[in-house]
Amino acid sequence: MVSGGAFAEAGADLELREIHKRFPGFTAIESLDLTIPAGSFFALLGPSGCGKTTTLRLVAGLEQPTSGQILIGGKDVTNVKPYRRPVNTVFQSYALFPHMTVLENVAFGLKRRRIADPTRKAHEALELVELDHLAQRKPQQLSGGQQQRVALARAVVNRPALLLLDEPLGALDLKLRRQMQLELKNIQQEVGLTFLHVTHDQEEAMTMADTVAVMNKGEIEQMGSPEELYELPKTVFVANFLGQSNLFTGDVRGDNGDTIVVEVAGVPVAVPKARAQRHRGLVTIGVRPEKLLLHPSRPEPAAGVNVLGPGRVIDVSFTGVSTQYTVAVPGIGEVIVFAQNMVFGPVVQAGAEVWVSWRVEHGFGLADELPDDGDRFIDDTTTGGIAQQTKEELLEELEEG
Amino acid sequence: MRLSLGKWLLPLYVVIAFALLLTPIVHVIIYSFNDSRRNNSIWAGWTFDKWLNVCDQQGVCEAFGTSVAIGLVATLIATILGTLLAIAVGRYRFRGRGSTNLLLFLPMATPEVVLGAGLAAQFLSVGVSKGFWTVVIVHALFCLSFVVVTVKARVASLDPALEEAGRDLYGSAMQVFWRVTLPLLTPGIVAAALLSFALSFDDFIITKFNAGQVTTFPLWIYTKKTPPAEANVIAAAIFIVAIVAVVVVQLVAAARRKRLGITQ
Repeated sequence: MVSGGAFAEAGADLELREIHKRFPGFTAIESLDLTIPAGSFFALLGPSGCGKTTTLRLVAGLEQPTSGQILIGGKDVTNVKPYRRPVNTVFQSYALFPHMTVLENVAFGLKRRRIADPTRKAHEALELVELDHLAQRKPQQLSGGQQQRVALARAVVNRPALLLLDEPLGALDLKLRRQMQLELKNIQQEVGLTFLHVTHDQEEAMTMADTVAVMNKGEIEQMGSPEELYELPKTVFVANFLGQSNLFTGDVRGDNGDTIVVEVAGVPVAVPKARAQRHRGLVTIGVRPEKLLLHPSRPEPAAGVNVLGPGRVIDVSFTGVSTQYTVAVPGIGEVIVFAQNMVFGPVVQAGAEVWVSWRVEHGFGLADELPDDGDRFIDDTTTGGIAQQTKEELLEELEEG
Repeated sequence: MRLSLGKWLLPLYVVIAFALLLTPIVHVIIYSFNDSRRNNSIWAGWTFDKWLNVCDQQGVCEAFGTSVAIGLVATLIATILGTLLAIAVGRYRFRGRGSTNLLLFLPMATPEVVLGAGLAAQFLSVGVSKGFWTVVIVHALFCLSFVVVTVKARVASLDPALEEAGRDLYGSAMQVFWRVTLPLLTPGIVAAALLSFALSFDDFIITKFNAGQVTTFPLWIYTKKTPPAEANVIAAAIFIVAIVAVVVVQLVAAARRKRLGITQ
């Protein structure tokens, strides 16, 4: 709990125990357990409406959980008012006070806590985000990026044990985003706070966070380091939400000790047991597009290599460092291959007959049970899905208003 | 052909509209300089006497003073109550919020005669003698609705995240209200107060029913067969003050915009 006149010594652990949050008409969070160690940069990643912003608001104290406990630094703060929690938030809309100058905005929290010399500390925080020369301006006189940095300074200046970031980079253009991502990382390393960052941008989460939790429908699907999540997704949702994946479905036909063999449209595909969540029955397996190799002729069968094909290249798109090939394989569907541009121009043209191969250890097996119909999972994170979600939210808002 | 028609038709329309709007006001101003004795409807030559000795006319300054006093007290009551109501209705979900909204609209929709007569009957049955305070009460009552409507619009445009940010930055409920909510609502509250004062100052019908022996400025004018030039002086003075206030506000706003524009 916050006492007047003193800063938090260091970042604090955040622990959520069996949090449920129901709003009239829907459940935002379904039994959430989460521990974020002190000093870490933790990202909650998920599509809009997955409950991540609600989680943030629960931690800030702006919402009350229906049931469950919130602990910060080992102390139960579930029923503690927001202004008594050692937590500060960088709001998605920045929420800068328009009637105050930048300096007054940054000093607001310090003054409420009666911390000595608030003006000097506010100036220091503004120097940290390189905006001290604009201290006397009003927020509306600043650009979006500058406002965002003021919002960050206003939160960081309080040295909270826990800093909450609600999609703070959403409104920025690409270059500013990169700058801010770096700045956030630097600030975190400098002041050693615990950061909880909520975003729907997988790239932002992966580049900034030590630990990423992927949230879907009010639950955490998978949690781990960015590499772990990317290289070994455990569910279809994670495999598709974090980067792109080629997913295949088939029955497990064999067991070679370390690997299982899945029959995909008549072709045996091996997956390491250690990387597969389920070892029997109908399973979904996958491999990342950059792990695939394209072959203009049938490759020699080799141990430790899976081969699919022949298929036909139906699309070639050049993206600079790599070229994205879409290959239609009969009986399997479309397979996406990212190939580094080691030579000028594409290796094969659209229409060419190709085979794809990948090393067995790059494959992964997913935990999802298959729905009755369809042989492939539908990506529910498409823009169509998100648009629908946004529309529903808007309708709800309209009804309330 | 059509183009040239539009070219002079629109300006002509504007000139006619403004002429209709401004003629009574200009008339009032001109006749405030009328050197009249009893009847101010006949022009008797220019004079500044009425402006210089406006209070010589019996009762006019007293009536003006009464109107201002009633306006200020009623505005104060209506603005405070109305602002709190507007925040409650605009911010919080509670049982009976919809009906509260409807009830707040009713005084605006009710004919003034009905409101005035109804309130007069109430005062009679309760046994309150009519006077200064009954007028204050009824004015505060009908101004309240206008304050709520005006301030509510401002509340609706206020980003709830601002108050949340205040709470997040260690502000208690009271501190957030005084330092965030209220300053941000101020433009709406000021507008509501000005509107209240104007409505109160102006009101005749409801006042007439509930004034008893008290004479407000509109009542005073009404008692005269032909309003004396002093009444014109006061009306003209109010008009000029209002015009000056509007111009000053516009100039200040323009200067502020210019300053913001340059610094950006």
